[in-house]
Amino acid sequence: MTVATPSPIVGRGARDGAELFRDWYGDLTQASARGEKAAYAFVMGSMVELLRSFDMNVVFPEINSLQTAVRRVSDEYLSEAEDHGFSPDVCGYVKADYALQLRGGEHPMGRIPQPSVAVLTNACNTYLKWGEIWERMYDVPMITVDVPGTRGAGMKPSARGFERDRLYVEQQLREAIEVLEEVTGRPFDIDRCRDVMRLTNEMNRDWRRVLELNRNSPAVYDAMMDGTVYLGVANALRGTEQGAAYFKDLVEELEYKVEAGIGVLPAVDNGSKREQRLIFVGVPCYPIFRRFSELFSEWGGVFVSSTYTWFASGGLDVNFDYDLERPIESLAEGLLLGVQRAVDAMLFHDTALLEAIDEFDADGVVYHPIKSCRTVSTGLADSRRQVLDNRDVLCLYIESDMMDKRVVSEAQLKNRIDAFFEGLDSRALRRASAAAGGAS
Amino acid sequence: MGTNVKLLTLTGSESLEESLEYCREIVEDAEYPTVRRWRATGGKVLGHFQVYFPEELAHAAGMLPVKLRGAQVECREADSHFGSYLCAIIRSSLEVVLTDRLKLDMFVTHPICDVARNLAGIWARNCPEPAQILYLPQNPNSRHSLDYLTEEYRRVLDDIEEIVGRTVSDDDLRSSIAVFNENRQLLRELYAIKRDTPWLLPVHEAYILVALGGLIQRDEHNEVLRRLIPLIRDRDSRKQDKLRVVFEGGFCEQPPLDLLREIAHFCYVVDDDLLIGLRWILEDVDREGTPLKNLADAYLNKSSYSPVQHDLRKPKEKMLLARIREAEAEAAIVSAAKMCEPGLDEQVPYSEALDEEGIPYFLTEFEERMTSFDHLQIQLETFVENVVFAAPGADGAGLQLVIPEGVS
Repeated sequence: MTVATPSPIVGRGARDGAELFRDWYGDLTQASARGEKAAYAFVMGSMVELLRSFDMNVVFPEINSLQTAVRRVSDEYLSEAEDHGFSPDVCGYVKADYALQLRGGEHPMGRIPQPSVAVLTNACNTYLKWGEIWERMYDVPMITVDVPGTRGAGMKPSARGFERDRLYVEQQLREAIEVLEEVTGRPFDIDRCRDVMRLTNEMNRDWRRVLELNRNSPAVYDAMMDGTVYLGVANALRGTEQGAAYFKDLVEELEYKVEAGIGVLPAVDNGSKREQRLIFVGVPCYPIFRRFSELFSEWGGVFVSSTYTWFASGGLDVNFDYDLERPIESLAEGLLLGVQRAVDAMLFHDTALLEAIDEFDADGVVYHPIKSCRTVSTGLADSRRQVLDNRDVLCLYIESDMMDKRVVSEAQLKNRIDAFFEGLDSRALRRASAAAGGAS
Repeated sequence: MGTNVKLLTLTGSESLEESLEYCREIVEDAEYPTVRRWRATGGKVLGHFQVYFPEELAHAAGMLPVKLRGAQVECREADSHFGSYLCAIIRSSLEVVLTDRLKLDMFVTHPICDVARNLAGIWARNCPEPAQILYLPQNPNSRHSLDYLTEEYRRVLDDIEEIVGRTVSDDDLRSSIAVFNENRQLLRELYAIKRDTPWLLPVHEAYILVALGGLIQRDEHNEVLRRLIPLIRDRDSRKQDKLRVVFEGGFCEQPPLDLLREIAHFCYVVDDDLLIGLRWILEDVDREGTPLKNLADAYLNKSSYSPVQHDLRKPKEKMLLARIREAEAEAAIVSAAKMCEPGLDEQVPYSEALDEEGIPYFLTEFEERMTSFDHLQIQLETFVENVVFAAPGADGAGLQLVIPEGVS
């Protein structure tokens, strides 16, 4: 296989993403030092277009929490929350944030400002419980926008039904604007909102292109490892010039890699290992994030797609551009479609998963349900049965957590993952042998 | 198909004790005998998962609304459909359907929690009947939630009409609302007995009588309650020196009946949130005007509280304190089903609020299939003795007994 000389743009997405993230936390730390507050929002249905139009600092507690795990200190935060009565069996993100609040915003990446308002949807029910914690702690307004989801598997709403749901979301967004005006003491600036929405549109188009580019072989990024970096930028810097520019550059980098035949793994590029194309379903194992990824990559495994990039982007992969001529109406439509896409990616992902297996030419599917998130995890064992019934792929089902290293057993994970790849290799050999026999 | 088909075999001449024993057998029978009888007459069944469903919609269409609240069964089929770290109620609810103990024509779940929402997809993959989510609003404070919910009820009613093959009129709905209004009134009377004269009605017996309503038509449930309530009032039971408590944590997965019986040995449970969905609406629903809108309004504005409904007007810890005060309870049992995220989350603010008010509480977890209660008995006895015989701490804080590992 011929591999072109790497250009300096190769690896830029990872480098720039890390730098943007550090800067973002730096900005939040400075805001905290100035005594400023922030709007607390969630990645699924962040409504950041509204928040940025009021020039608010935006904090994503889910990102803060996962960063404590990636930085290997989540156990300290979890213990502190459990000392205050939280059960070991509830969401680790909530507990880490609770402890962070008790610590006055202290975080391994900086200091997080306190909330002035919490903005959330029902995309995850734990969001509601989480918001209630801040409401009690700080007595801040809690804006809940109720986004009706898909009512059942394969149930598409009628045009009238969709418009009814969209209007309900729009009405609530208008109510949310009233609260934000009160919190910030400034009027809503619709033109500023349009500017932010335009930047989200740009990011949205590039995000879809990024996801699509991994259909190529070799895969040009790992959708679980690199995809998480991209996700972080997509959420934290959605609706900003920096965020839009980052994704423009990322598309350039990945298109270059496709053209030059540069994949994720050197061992695949130099022909010493066969690329095992995998789809990841669930949330990564952050307490051993790098090692978790290596357990797959050492066998030539590359995650070509990940449902995490579908739902944790808040449905940014939906083919939808905001209509800047009717911003609030369109914002409501985008929020409805985005949240529905995100929730469907967790609750009703059967068809999308089967399509992804075909489109990405996947060899296997890795299910990683976790203790902390029941939205993502509840249906996975059942979904696996569906996939096995409908596609000739191997599936691996491994459980651990995204925050709590007490339920992460690296040795057990390795055993299961090794056996999975042995199965994949043996199947590839059988197929090769059958093909050779058929040809002769 | 009329809704007045008799599904119980009570003749009306049984004593209170005989009637309660019969009702207990029906409620605990995982073969759903009443539903089988209903189906044998050609009736259709709408199964709805916890917590609240506007059963009037099914009733008005001539369907039998059945509450799925888990069951005491071994999950031989359902377990392989779920991973770890999940509550027991979803497993047993699916088990009874996968094993044909319970046959449905329509299944409805709700966005009460992240697990329950997932049931619609799991049902669709494994069961022949149509499955859907009724998106009850999580923003009841919006000025627009009433119109939204009215439309959502209309949507579900359209689906029900398709299944029964006929249109449901406003008058059908009004008739059903009348039946359910009477039912709500009778259940309030039952709870008033529990509150005012708890020695006449221990918690496990009240539970049986409430749960029965989720298995038969309310017309028949009303008949049963109308006959039994006077018998309960005339019961020859003497008041004992037991602690008056509120039990909190039974809004979704249900504690085993034996656990409630164990609690009743030591305490008078004067109020609780057991099967709160069947008692969600606190007042009569208006019959004048638009029935669907009236039902939606009652859900939003004339209703109880639970950890799975977010409403700025109902901070849960304040609602619990109000429940304790109104029931003149001396203590609380703050419980949660194992792996139940909303219930476990709520234990923290509940504890803090009770500490602040100096109200003693007993913190515990349960699972619907737990069978050993020895531990619970000792701990509960200790708690009760501490409350009854010991004064609160000098700092004024309430006594508490925390049992994080559960009681099994």
